[in-house]
Amino acid sequence: MSIDLKTVNIKPLRLTYAHVAKYVGDNKVPTRYQEATFGAQPSVNFHYRPTWDPDHELFDPTRTAVKMKDWYAITDPRQFYYGSWTSTRAKQQETVEANFSFVESRGLIALLPEAVKKRALEVLTPLRHVAWGANMNNSQICALGYGTTFTAPAMFHAMDNLAVAQYLTRLALTLEGPERLDQGKSAWLHDANWQLLRRYVEDTFVVPDPVELFVAQNLALDGLLYPLIFDTYVDSALAMQGGSAISMLTAFITEWHAESARWVDAVIKTIAAESEENRALLTQWFRHWEERAADALTPISVLAMGDAAASALEEVRQGLANRVKKLGLAR
Amino acid sequence: MDTQVKKLGLKERYAAMTRGLGWETTYQPMEKVYPYATYEGIKIHDWDKWVDPFRMTMDAYWKYQGEKEKKLYAVIDAFQQNNGFLGITDARYVNAVKLFIQGVSPLEYYAHRGFAQVGRHFVGEGLRVACQMQSLDEIRHYQTQTHAISTYNKYFNGMHHSLHWFDRVWYLSVPKSFFEDALTAGPFEYLTSISFSFEYVLTNLLFVPFMSGAAYNGDLATVTFGFSAQSDESRHMTLGIEAIKFMLEQDPDNVPIVQRWIDKWFWRGYRVLTLVGMMMDYMLPKRVMSWREAWEIYGEQNGRALFRDLARYGIREPKGWLDAIDGKDHISHQAWNTFYNYNAAAPFHTWVPTDEELDWLSAKYPNSFDQYYRPRLEFYREQHRAGNRFYNKTLPMLCTVCQIPMLFTEPGDPTTICYRETDYQGDKYHFCSDHCKEIFENEPEKYVQSWLPVHQIYQGNCFKPGVDPTQPGFDPLMAVFDYYDLDFGRDNLDFEGSEDQKHFAAWRGQALQNTV
Repeated sequence: MSIDLKTVNIKPLRLTYAHVAKYVGDNKVPTRYQEATFGAQPSVNFHYRPTWDPDHELFDPTRTAVKMKDWYAITDPRQFYYGSWTSTRAKQQETVEANFSFVESRGLIALLPEAVKKRALEVLTPLRHVAWGANMNNSQICALGYGTTFTAPAMFHAMDNLAVAQYLTRLALTLEGPERLDQGKSAWLHDANWQLLRRYVEDTFVVPDPVELFVAQNLALDGLLYPLIFDTYVDSALAMQGGSAISMLTAFITEWHAESARWVDAVIKTIAAESEENRALLTQWFRHWEERAADALTPISVLAMGDAAASALEEVRQGLANRVKKLGLAR
Repeated sequence: MDTQVKKLGLKERYAAMTRGLGWETTYQPMEKVYPYATYEGIKIHDWDKWVDPFRMTMDAYWKYQGEKEKKLYAVIDAFQQNNGFLGITDARYVNAVKLFIQGVSPLEYYAHRGFAQVGRHFVGEGLRVACQMQSLDEIRHYQTQTHAISTYNKYFNGMHHSLHWFDRVWYLSVPKSFFEDALTAGPFEYLTSISFSFEYVLTNLLFVPFMSGAAYNGDLATVTFGFSAQSDESRHMTLGIEAIKFMLEQDPDNVPIVQRWIDKWFWRGYRVLTLVGMMMDYMLPKRVMSWREAWEIYGEQNGRALFRDLARYGIREPKGWLDAIDGKDHISHQAWNTFYNYNAAAPFHTWVPTDEELDWLSAKYPNSFDQYYRPRLEFYREQHRAGNRFYNKTLPMLCTVCQIPMLFTEPGDPTTICYRETDYQGDKYHFCSDHCKEIFENEPEKYVQSWLPVHQIYQGNCFKPGVDPTQPGFDPLMAVFDYYDLDFGRDNLDFEGSEDQKHFAAWRGQALQNTV
């Protein structure tokens, strides 16, 4: 039986701020996510043009070629505001911590076959630079995108990217040591296997359109890279070669990618649904960058999986093609 | 931890986690990847000399911040559930909260976007990560403030259109133009303006008064937010001082550029703080300390020590320093007088302080209050009692730079309004002080763009679409309030007789007394 505690009952004059009610209605109590995100960005009567971009207003929807009647049509299905995002990550971080100490305390690293470990490090260590590139790009999307429901999760995503880079760094330190980081960086800068990918990442640094950048980074590149490396290579291939310990150390990365892909999908789907022009632009960008990403990942997939690489990459590309089809992009 | 990890000290480990991640690009030239790194003239020779003051990795960040969030939201929930606002000293206090949500919370949002921008564009990885973390903290502050103040918005007027007002209402162009000035500057000036001048030099004059004001006046929601944000703020302050030292140490040519920025941003920030001074002296039913006292402790004493410390780099006190000191006896009173006059156009309430409060002001301002300001307030009160509550309906001239109406007086002469002007490309521009004038003259092409609310009203840009000003009986001010979405008679005008006043008295009565 539940007993209603008596409190002084005072009728509120309104349920939330007008810039939130505009989206949820006057008669509804918004969620914390909605109240903290909708309408948050100043939108008119800007005083000065940026000295670093005099062709645009401070916040300017024309920085991208796609057009939205209202950018707040984009929402995050995870409903992340700072508090829920940071609490979610704090819990996951505890699991990562437990996994690292489990692997370390049971001496699981010593049990890894040497060749498997060496190969895994060759594949995974340079990826910390790729994640760092993603961090730069998502910061850029936050800075130059329009509307808080689009830009705020981009900043959370940028910091998730940094965390991925840091967890990969930690993995390399745990499995081998600091010299592995130097070798990884040297491979990233000079080894032929990595140059297409590095070129891809550096080319995204100079993409001025924040939505094209979103497609290039979060949909095309990460949409192939994470399934290919962390699902197919680490979780399946490595596990079969006695490398499950490594998969414990990348568990967060896999889980995070699946979760954040829901946000990426929601952004793309909403923008595509807005108009044929948007759909055509997204499709064109996706085709261009996905093709390049697949080329860039080819040598890495061979490095990781040898003979099995071609079919693995093909499967991942097929998976991504199905994914974007559901989002409304043309074949 | 295995033995190999232990080989790296904390510092090296952190370096591997941040600056080790970056590289010199070759497929795209560095100048294209970091296009804003040099145009301000700041020379950086060695980014590795940047010292990371916190050495916080993301896992640690999440851990600490997650804990803080848990505690903060427990209090916000309880406050909401138990009508916590009934515990405040007096409904007049809520006007300080209005000022905060209207004028300060949007700045947190701006800081979030600004730090995302510089967090992408600085060349050095260490500085970038510090800026990115601050971008996160700032969205946290915007969002937690929005949640904490949501309860007040449900029961009191003057908060429901806070963001709409921020983009439109005359007085809010003061904080808005301040922050947009910073955001539209280059990355190094942004850091000097926000991280150093605002966070390091002046933040205690913003943060401490509001949060202590909340504590003194029974506002549990805001003060809990304040405590929770304190550790973020101390990180931001450290970033500010480290950043300034880094720029100064990298090249002697940076010194005059940084000095000019310090001159500018000290004065810009000081002008914005006028609003805080007014809040401290007039809006808090239970006073914490006077603006003058706060200024002496957090402005003069701390500032003097800081600029003594920076002298070895060739940095001196900001140019406006002495004029700021001169203003401490006056600015809060001059500002309150202006809002009292223009209260039809500002979405919070004003009032004449009670006798006891007037005595407090007399005691705190022995050099100015009885002589210049008390008689005026007592006159307003007499007029109000006689049924002549005065609302000024003409629009004031604004300073082109700080956008505050011309309400400040000449240094050393509190009976003469200070006017300055300059000509630029055939137009005349007006300023409140030598320092705002100098800021304009250093960058006229920027400040001629200012969206000055009074000019905009006169140009007809502050009416809703479709409004016809040529119609007989057209009331331009009411049309402006409509454009503001200001609920006339509820959001504005004197506290005496306001809905806030009546509601609070009724609710408190309901909470404290038994009904038969």
